[in-house]
Amino acid sequence: MQNSFQIENPNPSFLETSRRDFWWIEPFFTAIGLLAFVIYSTWAAFQNEHYQWESYLSPFYAPLLEYDWWPFSPAFLILWAPAGFRLTCYYYRKAYYRSLFLTPSACAVGGRPQNYRGERFLLLFQNLHRYFLYIALVFCVILSYDAYISFTFKDGLGIGVGTVIMTLNAVFLTAFTFGCNSLRHLVGGNVDCYSCVNFGHQRYQAWKFVNIFNMNHMMWAWISLFWVGFTDLYIRLVSMGIITDYRIL
Amino acid sequence: MSETLFKIFRGERAKGELCGYSVEVTEGMVVLDAINQIQARHANDLAVRWNCKAGKCGSCSAEVNGKPRLMCMTRMDELPLDKPVIIEPMRRFPHIKDLVTDVSLNYEINQQIRPLKPKPREADGTYRMQQKDIERIQEFHKCIECFLCQNVCHVTRDQQVQEFAGPRFFIRIASLAMHPLDTLNRLKELKDVFGIGYCNITKCCTEVCPEDIAITDNAIIPLKERVAGAFYDPLALLWRSLTSVSK
Amino acid sequence: MESYEIKEHDVLVIGAGGAGLRAAIEASAQGVSVGLVCKSLLGKAHTVMAEGGMAASLGNTDPRDNWEVHFRDTIRGGKNLNNWRMVEIFCREAAERVAELEEWGALFDRTKEGLIAQRNFGGHRYPRLAHVGDRTGLELIRTLQNHGIHQGIDIYMECCIVELLKEEGRVCGAFGFWRESGQFVVFRAKSVVLATGGLGKIFRVTSNSWEGTGDGHALAYRAGAELTDMEFVQFHPTGMVWPPSVQGILVTEGVRGEGGVLKNSEGRRFMFDYIPDTFAAETSDTEEEASRWLSGDPEARRPPELLTRDVVARAIRSERLAGRGSPHGGAFLDIAGQRNAELIKRKLPSMYHQFKKLGNLDITTTPMEVGPTCHYMMGGVRVEPETTMSTVEGLFAAGEVAGGLHGANRLGGNSLTDLLVFGTRAGFHAAKYSREQSDTIEPSKQLLKKLEKLALEPFDPERTENPYGLMADLQETMELHTGIIRESDEMEKGIELLQALKIRGERLHVEGNRQYNPAWHYALDLRNMLCVAETITLAALKREESRGGHTREDFPESSDSLQKVNTFIREVNGRMIHEHREREPMPEYLKKLMNLPLKEG
Repeated sequence: MQNSFQIENPNPSFLETSRRDFWWIEPFFTAIGLLAFVIYSTWAAFQNEHYQWESYLSPFYAPLLEYDWWPFSPAFLILWAPAGFRLTCYYYRKAYYRSLFLTPSACAVGGRPQNYRGERFLLLFQNLHRYFLYIALVFCVILSYDAYISFTFKDGLGIGVGTVIMTLNAVFLTAFTFGCNSLRHLVGGNVDCYSCVNFGHQRYQAWKFVNIFNMNHMMWAWISLFWVGFTDLYIRLVSMGIITDYRIL
Repeated sequence: MSETLFKIFRGERAKGELCGYSVEVTEGMVVLDAINQIQARHANDLAVRWNCKAGKCGSCSAEVNGKPRLMCMTRMDELPLDKPVIIEPMRRFPHIKDLVTDVSLNYEINQQIRPLKPKPREADGTYRMQQKDIERIQEFHKCIECFLCQNVCHVTRDQQVQEFAGPRFFIRIASLAMHPLDTLNRLKELKDVFGIGYCNITKCCTEVCPEDIAITDNAIIPLKERVAGAFYDPLALLWRSLTSVSK
Repeated sequence: MESYEIKEHDVLVIGAGGAGLRAAIEASAQGVSVGLVCKSLLGKAHTVMAEGGMAASLGNTDPRDNWEVHFRDTIRGGKNLNNWRMVEIFCREAAERVAELEEWGALFDRTKEGLIAQRNFGGHRYPRLAHVGDRTGLELIRTLQNHGIHQGIDIYMECCIVELLKEEGRVCGAFGFWRESGQFVVFRAKSVVLATGGLGKIFRVTSNSWEGTGDGHALAYRAGAELTDMEFVQFHPTGMVWPPSVQGILVTEGVRGEGGVLKNSEGRRFMFDYIPDTFAAETSDTEEEASRWLSGDPEARRPPELLTRDVVARAIRSERLAGRGSPHGGAFLDIAGQRNAELIKRKLPSMYHQFKKLGNLDITTTPMEVGPTCHYMMGGVRVEPETTMSTVEGLFAAGEVAGGLHGANRLGGNSLTDLLVFGTRAGFHAAKYSREQSDTIEPSKQLLKKLEKLALEPFDPERTENPYGLMADLQETMELHTGIIRESDEMEKGIELLQALKIRGERLHVEGNRQYNPAWHYALDLRNMLCVAETITLAALKREESRGGHTREDFPESSDSLQKVNTFIREVNGRMIHEHREREPMPEYLKKLMNLPLKEG
């Protein structure tokens, strides 16, 4: 039991730890989840077909921007916005820094050796999260509108499985967006004294409201991520004729 | 009642080894009890810091089976006792002896934070503050300065960044910046001196906090947003320069 | 002889809890050079453990409150044994001292009007305790710490004082060592403020941390200062009793202040059976009235759970002896049946956390098991009320180490305010005294050499006694012979045992080197602990009555003649001299306050 070691230099080597729980499980599955989504969404965006069926529209292609001057899939005119929103999101930063960049992969586990600079130079764009939020709020409206449209069928109003899926997609994305830390700052987090400013009470209430979603920001991040991919997949499979949309009403 | 093996880092100035000691485990026992038992029975001179033994003073920070924790709040029955329990000092700080490290760096950082500069009292000699205006910072005042967050944060632990205050002091700055009475603007030093931009939100500070303070979500991220608003938001910058010109 | 590091200051403050920090801040504000010595790291002192709040008659929550009612409550709580002048100063200055903390960043819970909210506590007529949930002590020390570090005070962390230096009848500094290196250091100062806190560690079941070893009491005693009221040790009625490793950890009185009730194993609220006559007029005698009080009815009288600590501690003990105790020898403290879970978590967060984590118990659904635990030392260094100077020139004392303010029993919440009020006075007057001295007296070489030898004796390889073993034996002896209930034969036996322990104390042996060696620190602490244990036992033996924190099985009643006297102990030619002396009678204007008609409704 005499394993001597130096701890003068606190700089632990890569992945070095005395932890003996399964600390690698979380980054491992996070990495799989993130990579799976990136691969699927990129593939789906490149397809440039099967994104519509009746009144259903894949969220990867919403709003549908088909222009003559754009030779590629219209998805690429859209996807930079939600991608940027999620890339600069404070929760996703934890997820990818831990699971993909291993800086660090888990607490008290040695991080990847690198010239670590934090938010400097290019990474200063992380501070623009609030602009992606503004766009994301517009997307919440657009996707809600698409969900509303999905209640209309050739034979009039109705509800299909796809309608439910699209509606939930709008709900989940909105719940994710409403928990955004930038939103939390803008609606009230930047106030030091609610009882001293104009509309202080309303801002306090708004801040409290955002807190509800913010507390489970990670959960909404994953649910909305999975569901947006699933919504695309469902519409794709229906449109390809592999499965049939079941009409509930 | 059962016996279990502890392996404790012993040595001075970072040179040392893990030494094994047998401990008699009783109901409800915490790791610090085991350490005290070892001191009394086997190793009188085993150096360890502790005071209140009730999770209120934040002295007995160490790494238990590799996880930064307070020894007084780590119950033995939450550890796997079939394998030896490994106790090491906090690795981030210069080692002194056994489980004691030199945490004076933290006191130096605190010294650099400008103290509260309150606005004047009301006419009746009191300060009026509403509960809703202080509840956010009351959470930060729960901090017991155990320095586990300072120990675990990879920015200092792995990356050795010097110009970075660390989670404990972002909490402290947040408690001043969001204080309804404070009159100072602390954002510039937060960016330039205390290096808040080095935090990449991996949340280990929150994970190890024995007081369950949401360090990242409630202090660091809101501060980052304030810094973003003051220095990186192009529209806000434009607006401010326009309004200052018109004046 | 080694060469010593020498630090020179006008004022040296020993102890960096609330009183020490406050004294250092005040002395520094007077423009003198201040050194602050703490045994642990800064901000870890026992003050952080204070939970419930600090008493000050701000009158925010109940406007009927004022310093006069606070005076009356404190004297009644102290069973008329208090130094009335200290109490008067204390009650008059409390509000200002508390308010000042806000300027330094403290955040107390608020009333609807945005003022400092106050909570009910045992023995206080009106809600009086400014508080922050149940971690008021942490707020206090952190506020003082973060203010203090910018006041130009030199702070010496992890430094133990072995002895005060005294020449020509005046204190001229202190001799100590750095825990980290084990090297000696000499502090030279024109005045010294003792703010070393308590001595709970001489008992086995205690809420005190390892630091509470009575250092200041012993340092002052050996320097020739007079100690007072050493028999009055407060046993807090509600400490944790299970599991064994947490036995003694405090359960704040705030639990009862927020409505918690005490029940025995038969489910009876037994405190209704233990209401003393003095408090009968203002205590509810039915559960119905008590619950009306809880819901805020100003006509209702206070529930009996909020009687003073000595009464409640004895009641719990009596229930246990009558076979109605809880499974692990305590009583049940139930807040779950009185308040909803959300409020409990908001008002008592650290209690919730503490039981959840250490006791595997959810206090929002299940009653806690509690029993008495040694908590506070009412007695201490006898000080001049105005200046806090002891009977030794240049030696001041404030906080728990000073005696007189609390009489025979301290009211909860009075100690945090004590730290502030008398800490401030100690700092101010020590600075004033220092300025009046022309120069610092240099300690003699022989004295330093003697102290060095004394401190290093435990490293003598000939010795054999284990400090940990001796400490455990001392704690057991005090618990059994001078504990919560005392009896003449037991105490005489205790004194004999203490003599034997003292002899063992001279043979203490420590292994290893001087660097951060806890065994060595304990060995030196034990010297102080043995000293204060003896003063307590002697004082307790001589007070042949029961009063406040001092309960005699052989003298269960209070005696009118002993009410007039206080205990004084000092060292004369190496012998411990005990004396009862009469207190100066209370002046008329204060006497009137004792029978103040209280405005009801």
